[in-house]
Amino acid sequence: MFYIFCPYCGEHREEEEFHPKGQAHISRPADPEATSDEEWGDYLFFRDNPRGVHHELWVHAVGCRKFFNITRHTVSYEILEVYKMGEQPSITAEHYAAQQGAASADKERNASQAKHQEGVRA
Amino acid sequence: MQRYSGFGLVKHALSHHENWERQWRNPTPKKAYDVIIVGGGGHGLATAYYLAKEFGVTNVAVIEKGWLGGGNTARNTTIVRSNYLWDESAALYEHAMKLWEGLSQDINYNVMFSQRGVLNVGHTLQDMRDIQRRVNANRLNGIDGEVLDAKGVQELVPIMDCSKNARYPVMGASWQPRAGVARHDAVAWGYARAADALGVDLLQNTEVTGFKIRDGQVYGVHTNRGDIEAKTVGCVTAGNSGVMAKMAGIKLPLESHPLQALVSEPIKPVLDTVVMSNHVHGYISQSDKGDLVIGAGIDGYNGYGQRGSYPTVEHTLQAIVEMFPIFSRVRMNRQWGGIVDTCPDACPILSKTKVKGLYFNCGWGTGGFKATPGSGHVFAASLAKGEMHPIAKPFSIDRFNTGALIDEHGAAGVAH
Repeated sequence: MFYIFCPYCGEHREEEEFHPKGQAHISRPADPEATSDEEWGDYLFFRDNPRGVHHELWVHAVGCRKFFNITRHTVSYEILEVYKMGEQPSITAEHYAAQQGAASADKERNASQAKHQEGVRA
Repeated sequence: MQRYSGFGLVKHALSHHENWERQWRNPTPKKAYDVIIVGGGGHGLATAYYLAKEFGVTNVAVIEKGWLGGGNTARNTTIVRSNYLWDESAALYEHAMKLWEGLSQDINYNVMFSQRGVLNVGHTLQDMRDIQRRVNANRLNGIDGEVLDAKGVQELVPIMDCSKNARYPVMGASWQPRAGVARHDAVAWGYARAADALGVDLLQNTEVTGFKIRDGQVYGVHTNRGDIEAKTVGCVTAGNSGVMAKMAGIKLPLESHPLQALVSEPIKPVLDTVVMSNHVHGYISQSDKGDLVIGAGIDGYNGYGQRGSYPTVEHTLQAIVEMFPIFSRVRMNRQWGGIVDTCPDACPILSKTKVKGLYFNCGWGTGGFKATPGSGHVFAASLAKGEMHPIAKPFSIDRFNTGALIDEHGAAGVAH
């Protein structure tokens, strides 16, 4: 079960207050009429489905009802960061892989982990 | 292959059952095959079996990362039915149902297919309209089905709360008598043994790490046990299909979610059918051992972890206790999760890809088990002939760009 930090409410709340809304950062084609069937189908239906770091949209459904983004690992389910709408993630798949590589240096790891808004699994 | 029979059982009893043959070989991979199936679950093994038996392609390898039938085949709740709304999916699932009916004899393996019927319960007027529409559509497609009222449901399932006082009163149900349950592990083992006997190589603990593709044509796979070549590769990897597709440079419209299920402690026989409810969102049956087999919805977030969140378990059990107050004090024994690859239209993908010779059979989402024989059969036909089987054709990946979706969210209903 997730314990999620809502960046608008400024506190950790239980998973049940939230709804996952799928992949984040999908922008509607600027000129929908001009898109081909391929592009339109891709926009509607095709999603990244990574086994690893994933950026996703969540809504604080029974809280402030605002949408925000979470970067989460889809195997360990660890929440790596939470950020507001319009912001860009600071942790990406490449960044995460590099960080895991350097994990032997414990100090670095602890320092960088402290920076994340921690969403531990209860 | 050592044939199983009642006589064999008696014979082996005399030697304390110590001399049974192994059910399948553990071969070392050859350099090349005619066809490679990636994924040794029910669908993959069924594909290999029908390739060898019906289409004469016996130089086949099934490559499995873990052990046979260790993924969703071992994690589902074993419900088999074919009462889907649209012609395309009804044809596919009914094709499977007909194969289920002769499966134990066909593969000489008792898959314990028990046609105990499935009830899809309705709790609102709209539920009942949808049920009537679906049952009518089923009958036009030659699939058995009846619409029952609350009294009819109560007669079939005396322990269910069908009173007017229920929070969501039961108004009726659709009833498919030919539906039922089967032993999931036996399905994988049975197909594995039968395929092996026909010469198929089952390669366990062998992980595909990439595809060998030249000029848009697949000619083999990289594995942790070396490269294996084949000009036809069928990928049947359920929750991991998106990851496999990415290795081949293909994007699939799939999202992988955890789907949880649980079983109770064994109790005396109380429920001799399968009850599913879209509205209160849960379903239940009782296994031959006596445990109640329970499931409901997926966890909403993407996940490959084969586990989910507790609130989902709680909602599932709320739904069950709502329908069956008698179970309120039954204790749960085990709980687990599988990774289901859900498609936007709740229908599978059986398709060629832009890479020649590379086929995908995936996207079964929450209800793939029931289709195991049919999926394997039509996919085998497609791989053998290089042309999609007529039943599989509508399930092409192109439908997400042409718009010819097959919306089965209603009949797929509760995730199961």
